[in-house]
Order: sequence, then structure tokens, then C-alpha cells
Amino acid sequence: MDYPSTEMTEDTEEQSGGDGLAKAIDPTRLGPAAPSSAPASAPTVFKIDALTAYYGKSAAVRDVSFDVPGNQVTAIIGPSGCGKSTFIRCLNRMNDVVPNFHTDGAIYFHGIDIQGKDVDPVNVRRQIGMVFQRPNPFPKSIHDNITYGLKMLGMKDDLEGRVERALKRAALWEEVKDRLKDSALALSGGQQQRLCIARAIAIEPEVILLDEPASALDPISTASIEDLMHELKSDYTIVIVTHNMQQAARVADMTAFFSLSEVVDGSRSGVLVEYDRTDKIFTTPGDKRTEDYVTGRFG
Amino acid sequence: MSVQADPGYSLSSERLRRRKVVNRIMEALATLAALLAVAVLVIVVASVLKKGIGAINVDFFTKTTSTFSFGPSQSGIANAIVGSLVIVFFAILMALPVGVLAAIYLNEFASPRMRAPLQLALDVLNGIPAIVVGIFVYVLLVLGSGQSALKASFALAILMLPLFARSTQEVLALVPNALREGSLALGAPRWRTTLSIVLPQAVGGIITGATLATARVAGETAPLLFTSSLVGNEVNWNPSHPLMSMPYFIFAASEQADPGLQEQAWATALVLIAFVLVASTIARYFGLRSRRRRGGKR
Repeated sequence: MDYPSTEMTEDTEEQSGGDGLAKAIDPTRLGPAAPSSAPASAPTVFKIDALTAYYGKSAAVRDVSFDVPGNQVTAIIGPSGCGKSTFIRCLNRMNDVVPNFHTDGAIYFHGIDIQGKDVDPVNVRRQIGMVFQRPNPFPKSIHDNITYGLKMLGMKDDLEGRVERALKRAALWEEVKDRLKDSALALSGGQQQRLCIARAIAIEPEVILLDEPASALDPISTASIEDLMHELKSDYTIVIVTHNMQQAARVADMTAFFSLSEVVDGSRSGVLVEYDRTDKIFTTPGDKRTEDYVTGRFG
Repeated sequence: MSVQADPGYSLSSERLRRRKVVNRIMEALATLAALLAVAVLVIVVASVLKKGIGAINVDFFTKTTSTFSFGPSQSGIANAIVGSLVIVFFAILMALPVGVLAAIYLNEFASPRMRAPLQLALDVLNGIPAIVVGIFVYVLLVLGSGQSALKASFALAILMLPLFARSTQEVLALVPNALREGSLALGAPRWRTTLSIVLPQAVGGIITGATLATARVAGETAPLLFTSSLVGNEVNWNPSHPLMSMPYFIFAASEQADPGLQEQAWATALVLIAFVLVASTIARYFGLRSRRRRGGKR
């Protein structure tokens, strides 16, 4: 497993030589003159290199490259249908189960291409957890929702302590500590979503992917999920897809703006328009399309 | 206070009236068809009840069949009930694991390219007439070595298999994908997800489907003619012997000239119908219970 360092960057520049636009806006390719990029203190967890994801023959996202820094919140924003969900599901190989799905390019996680033939997706998902758009607690008790993953992975020492810590970490413990044996389906939507976060962090992953985690929730539940993200980033790397630009502005350190490309080969696919520090994306974006989107003029 | 309609404004028209009439006619036709289906059931049950109820008494369930009639009160169908239980039990034992596993493969593991032909194969198997299955098992197992209840079970299992597989598959398809994804995202392998998350959700529906399929197949006669028809009149639980069964007894007794035996055939039919009714009711109960559990109520 060779870590793609500078040679790799040169390599990709060659590959996508015709795509001048992507080159111009991708900060990882701007070289030393780049105005900003991931803070130097944060090591790179994901290095996404020219990723194109296909459903059958049509590309949902095309030629996406950027680095996700560790212990930071990275938000992915963009209009509907621009491949945000497809992209984030690539990061822990959740798309493997989709028939006819395949990718080009590479996703390096600590320098290992997680799409490699000898990489077991089960191991990938064990390190890279995911929380989905709609809360999907198992139809079991609150307690058993947490222990399911723990038991499966053999983390059976101090089971009760692990349950308590996960629920506390997800800011749910106070609300459920007296009814751990109750069905998880009896919880409210916001509580269910925090339970899903607790379930994901119980197995101690390194990364948590959140695919529009608050889109099915009311504003109060949304606020508690956002607070949670600030809490969690000290221990986890977080990547979040969101429709909601204010949410990205509130929670994210880095923001990637995806949009739909012009028609290529008779179809449009999602592309990365701009990736930068969140404050820069929202105040002085480098691309006109980003500016139009974040100021609400997207059409 | 009186309200005046705006001049020239109307909410009714000739076309609307015509639409209403057509609606009424269609509604009446559909209702009639539904009533007809119920009427068929009522007529069948009523005629079986009328002709068979006279033979139903305690002896009918405790005494064994008799080839010659010594009067209706002196014989019963105890051995036929036992034989049917044994044959159907072993048929379920053979068909249920295969059917459920096939459904799990189809719904959880098969690629779309594999799924279509396998489903077609199951549907074709489902369409094979029972008598063909009977002849097949006769040639394969009975010729040369004789009949037995287990061979009858095998024939019935062939008939049950596609029913079990299809009904299980339908239930598995109802389990929300979000649950599978939730489990996979925790690093669970597919088999573990199926075993711990998908199957517990589906088990009520699987039992419902299996019960209905069993009730249907338990009444099959043709395969038994070839595999378990050279039978004695004593109660026997040994599946390696050919055993008397309810469908076969109906078939055999109804051919007799003796009106007493004919009445017993009707009574046996009544017992079979009662069995189907009870099985369907139990199945419905299980189905409702599992649906309620899925809804989150405890």
C-alpha cells in the first residue's frame, strides 16, 4: 500500500489535463499559491483521487478529488441530484450493494485504497461508520441497538459501560437511562437519530459519515445534532452531507460545494466545484457558481 | 340569511350525471362478483356440512377406517388423521428449510441477473400439476422398493417448496432496506445482517405463508395415490410404512357403494376444511402480531 504523495498529485493532473475548470478550482491542485487548504495541523484521513461513480453507464459524480482532514467536520453541500449522497456512500463502500454500481479513481484512507480488491468492505465500514438520512434504529430495545454492533465485533468487555458511554457521547443518556429496555421505535425522530449516532460511535470508528442526518428532524432536534457534531470532532473525523447551507456554515470546518456539470456525453453528472475552508466558501468563494449557490441565486 | 348562486355558475352537469350512473353500475358489478366468491364458499361448506355432519361423533375421531361397512358408528378416521399429520409433518421438515433458504438467497444475495431465472423456475415448479409430481416420485422412489409415508412427504414437499420460497421472499422484500444498511454500516457481514436483523423482522410473515401453503398442500390427493395408498386400517406413526391419509380416504371411500362410507368421506372432507380454516386463522393471527410488532407497539 503506497501512500499517494506528491507524485500522485502530478499523476492526476496529467489524467485530467483536459478538465481545466476542475483544475482551476480544486485547492489541492493549486500548489503553494493556494490561498487556503486544510489546516496544517490536521492530518489527511481521506485522499479522494479523481473519483467517478457510475450507476450502470451514467456517472453520478465525475472526477472528484480532494482531501478530508482528520478531527474536523467536512460538509458537502450542493443542489439536489448532484451526487452528494452517492459520493459519501463511496467513502465506506455502502454502494457495493447497489447493482451495476462501479467507480473509477481511488479513495485513499490513511493511504490505503479502500476500493482495492483485497480490501473487505466489512473492515472499511467498521472504521468508517455511517448515519443515514432517515433514522433507522433496529426494531430492538434501545440497549440492544447499541450492543448489536459491539457483540458482533467481539467488544464484549464492559458492555454496559460501553452502552452508557456511547449514549452519553450522543447526548441521549439522560433521556433514556431509565428505559433502556424499551423499544427504540418508541423514541422521537430526533432521539432515534441520536441513537443511530450512539450506535455508530459505540464501535469506536475513526470516521463518521452523516448523510443529511437532520433533514427529517424538527429544528430543535436539528440543533442538538449540530451541537453533537461540535462535541464529536475532537474524537472523530466527520463528513456530513447537507441540503442546508446554514447548517454547513454552523458546523463545518471545511466545505465542498458540488454541482451539476454541463452536459457531457448526453448527460449531466455531479462535479466538485470548490473545496475550501467553510468561512471562505461562504464569504469569498472562488467560483461564480459557488457564490450564486451560497447567496441563494442558484438557478 | 340566504345565499344566492352566482348566475350562470353550476356544479352539476349532464356529463357528471352520466359519470355517476357508470360509477354505480361498476360498483354494483364489483360487489356482485365479491358476493359470488363468498357464495361459492358458503355453498361448498354447507353441502359438505349437510352430507358429512351425520357421521361426525367421538368414534369418528377415535376408531380407525374400515374397508367394509359395519354401520357408520363402528369405524372412524383416526388412522387417516395420524397418517396425514405424519406425512405433512415430514413434508414441512423437508420443504421449509430449503424454501426459506432459497428465498433468502433470492432476496438477500442473488444478483438481479440470477434472480429472474430462479424466480421463473420456482413459478414453473409451482405450476406443475400434483399428479405429475406424484408420477415423478413414483418412478423415482416407489418403483421397485414400495410405498412409504416418507415418499409421500417428499412428493408433497416438492409441491410446498415453491409456495414456501415465494411467500418467504415476499415477506423479506417488505423488510425496509434502511435496516439492512444500518447493520451493514456497523461493519456487519451480509449473513449476519440477514440472520440478526432481517429474519427476526420477517419470521411472523414466514410462518403465515408457510401455514397457508401447508393447508393448501395437505389436501392434495394425487401424489398420495402413487406413494401412500396401499394401506392398512390400523393407527400407525411409522413414516417408513405407507399410511392412510385424509385426502386418500375421501378418494377411496367416496367410490364405495356403501352410503355409510360415502357419508364418512363427506365428514372427512369437513375435517379437512376445518383444518384449513383453523390454519388460516392461526396464520392470520401470527401475521397481525408481527405487523403490530413492526409498527413499534409492544
